[in-house]
Amino acid sequence: MMIVNRITQSRVWTSIFRHNLDDKPRNKGLAVTSNVFLHIHPVTTRASAMKVRFTFCMGGLTFLMFIVEVVTGILLMFYYRPVPEYAYTDMKLIEHTVHYGMFLRNMHRWAAHAMVILVMLHMLRVFLTGSYKPPREFNWVVGVLLLTLTLLLSFTGYLLPWDQIAFWAITVGSKMAAATPFLGSEGPFHELLKINEYNDMQYLLLGDNRVWGNALLRFYVLHCVLLPVMCTVFIAIHFWRIRKDGGISRPL
Amino acid sequence: MDALADDINMDVKKQKKAPLNDEVVFTFPDLVAREFLVIILACVVLSLWSLALDAPLKAIADPNWTENPAKAPWYFVGLQEVLVYFDPWVAGVGIPVLIIFGLMAIPYLDPNPAGVGEYNVRDRKFSISLFMVGYIFWFVLIIFGQFLRGPNWQFYWPWEDWAVHKEADQKLVNLPVLWGYVSLAGYFIAGLSLPALVSRSFYKKLGFGRYVTTWILILLMFLIIIKIVLRIFFHIKYILVTPYFSI
Repeated sequence: MMIVNRITQSRVWTSIFRHNLDDKPRNKGLAVTSNVFLHIHPVTTRASAMKVRFTFCMGGLTFLMFIVEVVTGILLMFYYRPVPEYAYTDMKLIEHTVHYGMFLRNMHRWAAHAMVILVMLHMLRVFLTGSYKPPREFNWVVGVLLLTLTLLLSFTGYLLPWDQIAFWAITVGSKMAAATPFLGSEGPFHELLKINEYNDMQYLLLGDNRVWGNALLRFYVLHCVLLPVMCTVFIAIHFWRIRKDGGISRPL
Repeated sequence: MDALADDINMDVKKQKKAPLNDEVVFTFPDLVAREFLVIILACVVLSLWSLALDAPLKAIADPNWTENPAKAPWYFVGLQEVLVYFDPWVAGVGIPVLIIFGLMAIPYLDPNPAGVGEYNVRDRKFSISLFMVGYIFWFVLIIFGQFLRGPNWQFYWPWEDWAVHKEADQKLVNLPVLWGYVSLAGYFIAGLSLPALVSRSFYKKLGFGRYVTTWILILLMFLIIIKIVLRIFFHIKYILVTPYFSI
């Protein structure tokens, strides 16, 4: 007990933890406001907003899945090279020689599926509880952007294993970009802007007019850098707006 | 239509306020502890899932060996299924853009203030039933594409053998050009004017701009469903054929 006291009263300890854990209202408030991770919460919460059967925790779980994706994704990046010569071999190595590699890849894949399902269910919950109504209109718009980003993240990740499923799914999917009106080489009205298969939307997406090395690199950069950063920014706005718009919705 | 007018008039109606037994609690530890439990539970489920089931990895990508069928990831299989019924620019670009912007527009189109913060279907019959039609239809398309489509995107029941070759659809026909223009114009004119004629209060509540936007989105959503039905049961390829595009 003496040692515990010595430690918890030391200068180092008290510089990190600004208050003790005595069951006092002041400490409960400080626990939230003095912690960078917890301070996205308000100090107090309505009991109705905490009901599991109201939110089913779907938004929070979507965020958890995003964190799992970031952690497992960064670990996978240590073993993966986004070039056609190595990508597939690296997948095989992850599965067969990296310790817990198969588990890591599985978790990245299944958390991605879970994130897509959860974000769809979260949208359903928000709609059914009328939580998009004033003053929360704009946060619904941000939510739709996050849904779109989630789908794009999954789509760009789909190419990276560089197997037959990946290659042909993205080949089919990126053909849609070529069908864009005005801006796709096979879309209606493409003649007007002198669009061909070397300067259309599909070329922009793939860096080529077919799926190969440039496409793999583009999808890798989109998947590992650009889209996660965008997602993080919009998640920040989404969470901040919940607070600014009066917390989780409850009956008026 | 009565349900529709009822919904819109909710704010006029006297809303019964249920006494809120809503005490305030400290976030720490009450909420944080619950979140922590849910996180642990979710991580356990995810770990077990990842131990039990391996992510698929097929042979190395080969541009000379076409996968048949080449299916998109499951969340996009619905759009791939729509490709059967529409040209790529509609299925791959038009409909996704419509869905995204339609979803974003919802809060600005729905004037009904009822049902915030509660599962309240009674006072929101119109908006909830419309949303559910679209939401369920999205998953119906996914189930169709994921489980009922085989080689060459032909229809196969789950118990049917994909090795059995299936012939493509019988000859599809287009609606005559004039019919196409007339039926589409008629659909939109009737669709835009009838609701306003049936319920004046509904129209007034929304105002002209919101009313038109709302109904164009609703009519487009149902047009997608109608086109799919026409294609499956009446073998109609295009409703409208023009030199530039066809719908």
